[in-house]
Amino acid sequence: MQEFDLVIIGGGPAGLAAAVAAKEQGIENLLILERENKLGGILNQCIHNGFGLQVFKEELTGPEYADRFINLVKEKKIRYKTNTMVIDLSKDKLITAVSKTDGILTIQAKAIILAMGCRERPRGALNIPGARCAGIFTAGTAQKFVNIEGMMPGKNLVILGSGDIGLIMARRMTLEGAHVNAVVELMPYSAGLTRNIVQCLDDYEIPLKLSHTVTNIVGKDRLEGVYIAPVDENRKPILAEEEYIPCDTLLLSVGLLPENELSKKASVKLSPITGGAEVDEGRETNVDGIFACGNVLHVHDLVDNVTEESYIAGKAAVKYLKGLRIQSDRIEVKAKDGARYVVPKYINPRNIEKSLDLSFRVKDIYKDHYLSVYFDDSRAIHHKRKIMAPGEMQTVKITSEMLNAHSLCSEISIVIEKE
Amino acid sequence: MEQRALICIGCPMGCRLEVTIENSQVVDVTGQSCKIGNTYAVKECTNPTRILTTTVEVENGYPEVASVKTERDIPKGKLLECVKELKKIKLTAPVHIGDIVLEDIANTGVRVVVTTNCDLVDK
Repeated sequence: MQEFDLVIIGGGPAGLAAAVAAKEQGIENLLILERENKLGGILNQCIHNGFGLQVFKEELTGPEYADRFINLVKEKKIRYKTNTMVIDLSKDKLITAVSKTDGILTIQAKAIILAMGCRERPRGALNIPGARCAGIFTAGTAQKFVNIEGMMPGKNLVILGSGDIGLIMARRMTLEGAHVNAVVELMPYSAGLTRNIVQCLDDYEIPLKLSHTVTNIVGKDRLEGVYIAPVDENRKPILAEEEYIPCDTLLLSVGLLPENELSKKASVKLSPITGGAEVDEGRETNVDGIFACGNVLHVHDLVDNVTEESYIAGKAAVKYLKGLRIQSDRIEVKAKDGARYVVPKYINPRNIEKSLDLSFRVKDIYKDHYLSVYFDDSRAIHHKRKIMAPGEMQTVKITSEMLNAHSLCSEISIVIEKE
Repeated sequence: MEQRALICIGCPMGCRLEVTIENSQVVDVTGQSCKIGNTYAVKECTNPTRILTTTVEVENGYPEVASVKTERDIPKGKLLECVKELKKIKLTAPVHIGDIVLEDIANTGVRVVVTTNCDLVDK
């Protein structure tokens, strides 16, 4: 059995940033475990640009962003193992992993950072009726085929769901010579970033059909076409208005799910809303010494935000290892009226040096509404925001002065208010 | 005087811009959070441009294709022409981030560079 101070599970953007932060704070004996043959995670297949504006103040593509961190890991001589899949994790921080070169590995860690990312919601989770034919892919799978393997999954497409990967793939497939008939979205608004509607759909005149869904899939061996229909306010398809679109490929971009099977084995408590762990301000879970960051904690829109969150987790893990984290007197943070969830769920005010960013998502589109933060019944923040949409993560800063001024408060809540 | 509503694509914030155009000239921009919004609004209303990201075939490499980008933004109307030109190119592994694929794509005067590392593999 090997022993490490800190083991980071996952070598994508979250794991790399957490490792760099931990090493910078003086932890030498740390290890990154990655199941793919290369560090960098999903960034390696995200060849589009728009990454890094916050962290590096320049616009990079996914592989370039990953490369910056891979180089830091190498420069700082942080140990990592690729092609290594963690298969078990206990709450005592005992890790079991397998790899072709090492066989079965057992590792005892003093602290662990969960950075396994997320995976795509598959067809099976949607209950679309129709044929079980070839030609139905998640958008990320298609992205890997095109951008890594250099293969086209199809020529004539319909995309169900307007998540960012679906929008990005609409443009990507068009550039590669395929025809994208439409992006079909169940909700009355897009799940993706507005800029991606502009530069991925509008630029190529790809229709976005809001409040529509796929009602039937037709094909014997290979997909031949799909039926789509508008939906009513209860999201029930209006079958009288059904329309047939011939196509050979259906891509699904219908949501991402944090990949927390290992966390469950370690008795980490998960939020039913985010699917990720319930954490405090240092991103520590309910299990002593186990931290989580990135998309395994909650799905982010931007890698820059993943990096920043992972720095927080990396630094907090070091404080934990040095015995400097304060665990007592935590305040619960709640998402109320209009807010769907907030991260972190708990705050230990004595761990906050200057300020703390709360990340949250709203339930619906809110135009010219106020974002308010209450300490019990006392409103400390009341900001007007032009637009808040479920597809764009919001942040709000609370300061140590506010925490000091409400030192006896029992809960902090985020509320979306009309006035 | 003409008003145009745009969404800035300069960064993922997606600022909603209100542009005032007079005699085909942008005279006012509101709604931006930074100066990228101004530049974007002027360009989008006069000569819209985009950065192109796509892939180029690589012999004996993994990934099997190398991701590439135009070093600067190019006219929007030239995107598909540029992709066609890049389809004719085949690189040989290994290739590295920053390697130059083309000095001047489709007479835009813009370079195309590699954005990933493709290792040489035995097949």
